[in-house]
Amino acid sequence: MFELLVNGQRHDVDAPVGTSLAHVLREQLGLTGTKVACNEGHCGACTVQVDGVPILSCLTLVHTVSGQAVTTIEGLRDHPLVDAFVRSDALQCGFCTPGQIVSAAALVAANPSPSREEIRHGMAGNICRCGTYPKIEEAILSWQG
Amino acid sequence: MARLIRTEKEIEGRYTEQWILVEEDTLDQWPAGPLDEVGRPASRIDGRQRATGDARYTADVQLPGILHAAVLRSPHARARVARLDLQPAREAPGVRGALGPLAEEANYHGQAIAAVAADTIAQAQAAVELIDVDWEPLEPLLDPDEAVRQGALVSQRESERGDVERGFEEADVVVEAEYRTQTVLHNSMETHQAVTDWETDDRLTVYISTQAIWEVREAIAEHYGLPPDHVRVVCRFMGGGFGAKNGPGDYTYIAADLARETGRPVKCALTRREENLDSGNRNATIQRLRAGARADGTLTALEGEFVNATGWDGWLSSTGGPMEMLYACENVRIVERGAKLNTAPMKAFRAPGFVEGTFGLECLMDELAARLDLDPLELRQRNHSDDDAVDGRPFSSKKLVECYRRAQPHWERRDEVRARSEGPWRHGIGMASQIWYGGGGPPSYAWVRVGADARAAVLTAMQDIGTGTATAMAQIAAEELGLPLDRIDVSLGDSARGPYAVTSAGSSTVPSMGPAVRAAAADAAHQILEIAAQRFDVELRVLSLQGGRIVSADGGSWPLEEITGLLESGQILGKGSRGPNPAGMRILTFGVQVAEVSVDVETGEVRVGRVVAIHDVGRVINPLGASSQVEGGIIQGLGHTLSEERLLDPRSGGVLTQTLDSYRMPTIADMPEIVTDLVDAPDEHLTNLGSKGLGEPPIVPTAAAIANAIRDATGADVRSLPITRDEMLRALREARERTPERVGAPAA
Repeated sequence: MFELLVNGQRHDVDAPVGTSLAHVLREQLGLTGTKVACNEGHCGACTVQVDGVPILSCLTLVHTVSGQAVTTIEGLRDHPLVDAFVRSDALQCGFCTPGQIVSAAALVAANPSPSREEIRHGMAGNICRCGTYPKIEEAILSWQG
Repeated sequence: MARLIRTEKEIEGRYTEQWILVEEDTLDQWPAGPLDEVGRPASRIDGRQRATGDARYTADVQLPGILHAAVLRSPHARARVARLDLQPAREAPGVRGALGPLAEEANYHGQAIAAVAADTIAQAQAAVELIDVDWEPLEPLLDPDEAVRQGALVSQRESERGDVERGFEEADVVVEAEYRTQTVLHNSMETHQAVTDWETDDRLTVYISTQAIWEVREAIAEHYGLPPDHVRVVCRFMGGGFGAKNGPGDYTYIAADLARETGRPVKCALTRREENLDSGNRNATIQRLRAGARADGTLTALEGEFVNATGWDGWLSSTGGPMEMLYACENVRIVERGAKLNTAPMKAFRAPGFVEGTFGLECLMDELAARLDLDPLELRQRNHSDDDAVDGRPFSSKKLVECYRRAQPHWERRDEVRARSEGPWRHGIGMASQIWYGGGGPPSYAWVRVGADARAAVLTAMQDIGTGTATAMAQIAAEELGLPLDRIDVSLGDSARGPYAVTSAGSSTVPSMGPAVRAAAADAAHQILEIAAQRFDVELRVLSLQGGRIVSADGGSWPLEEITGLLESGQILGKGSRGPNPAGMRILTFGVQVAEVSVDVETGEVRVGRVVAIHDVGRVINPLGASSQVEGGIIQGLGHTLSEERLLDPRSGGVLTQTLDSYRMPTIADMPEIVTDLVDAPDEHLTNLGSKGLGEPPIVPTAAAIANAIRDATGADVRSLPITRDEMLRALREARERTPERVGAPAA
């Protein structure tokens, strides 16, 4: 049994060694906003933040983040990026969108006014098969309203 | 009064005749241009749900006692299952059920052979490893041309109009070339998956990531011998389909069989690697094409032999369609063959056949233009077809000439762009035309419910696969009911909660569902006005619904609640259906794309800087969502053109690209500037809306426009997709040998 801090709440978690953070978030804590699309670290859909840094939760062993602050999309519900994505139509099927917003939130926290080039660099790890990239760029450029 | 009529139905170019029941549809089309809600940019009504992760996909479905299935798949492209013993798997921890063998012979790498259900997915995957199986590998058939020689065909189609031999004799110039396109994978972000739950022995609920709720219901009911109404199919949100999710798939039957065996709900979800093995693909093609023209550019003959690498199963998507349909040419001969191979079955993929065939045809047209020393845009305009080139039918509407006109200013930048070439980087502009279906058709139904609170709900068991159709339906209902968009709800994604709706394939959802939703809303609106006329003692003909109010032409105006509020728990119920397509007309979509590229002639690197997309899809319901569809199609087309390819080991037939680092899809860093310009003119003959579909048209011309821009930049003829650096350098070498001064010698 160990402690996991997710979106400001403490959870006592029991999981076999080798369990991924994504698995615990989705299957044990019911935080299904974090999506798993490839489960091997290639697509970015499962992105969450650990102490503010975007990481791939499908590749992160849950025991390694005990005591650190995990932020999932559920913890970013009121972030202005959510409205910016909706306003800009930066989502289609929406399956990659929570991961996109978590990545974008880390990007703008470090750099509130990123250039197009910086957005492309910061977001290149999040695949969107529907091809919403132009609108994602627009959403991040205009996230402050 | 309901009428029974016989009508033609088309999905992705496959026509069938069927009986449909039509209600009188007396609604005139709205005037062209932006109205109160229709024609104005709207963000998605379910956007926040998707963005916050609140949206529940099939991947998120949790049921009490749910088991997880894992599948044993053939490691061989062709092998006999000599012996299969499930017992070691059945004895493994957590295992509750097992199935197999599902086939006596595996016919492609990744074919499902056995399956296990266990308490956790990890237990199921571990147990699959314990299945004891003896394979007897056999020689796979992998080469499409060899399959044609052997007569191993899934199907074949030949058609000829006019006299092709005479057409070539009359030509001043004949060009001939072979084009190849690769196998590409849909790779939706949500993999194929289903959760099946037997509520009783003869009632099954299927949660499934699907584009086709009703096709799944039909297929499952037939397979298990159930009344269709005993099968409930639910797909509230789904993570992409692109054509690969038009039916149940064997994962659904595996889940349902295991659920029946174990008496518990079972989930069967493909892993990403399984998705890359066995979830459908856009089949590779070989296209041997010939075109003849007079010196003035008039086409005298077109001929194409097409081989589709269909795989073990699938259908013959029409790669020859664009050659038959795009230009006015009297003499055309097409032979299409679908090769039956030991590779995974193809499935529809966003304009199947036409994406591949447009690459060949539109590159050939540019090669012809070069030989004739004609402007490629001029050549296309000269061969414009005013009526359907196949059978002379009139088009319900066609604004391709307007698309060409709007392309002109982008096209005219060619000399200036080419002149910017510097060092190894050569710049150029290319174009390609687009033709595709997208008219939709009956049957499709919708209900509209208005409550005492003067809010309306659209109910129909359609699916929104991510294209934004739910939002378009809300806009249509809002327009007809004179309500603001935020007073409309749309309930979809459940076969038990609404009437039959069309499959989201063939760009048909908006043109099929939209008119039904409008008819249902009009039915509800009419009832409201009839009540209002009685209540307020005014004539019905002077009343209308506007801005949430009942408005009289005589000057009176009342909030809608004054009528609906009288009902308390009562409801106004409207119903509507999609009427028939206009008889004797061809309903198609058209467009042009102009691409701007840069090519490094030393390394073969290709960058796409800009794509201008001009399409005619009739009336546009939501310009914001429409531009997203266009961008998405072009970005998928960019992957198809430059980076995506399912690679097979040429000897074993094993799939080498099973992960998203080896199968390379575009990222935000690869994105060109995209300019969307939709003609937005209602098709006056088509339904009460005049709208066609837009999901597929934007991906159709992208590859050819890029390849033609590469020719403009370098003089090199790329003829094979994807245009890797190898292919680019090959084409440059070939061009250099032909015309050294045009390409220039590389510095190195």
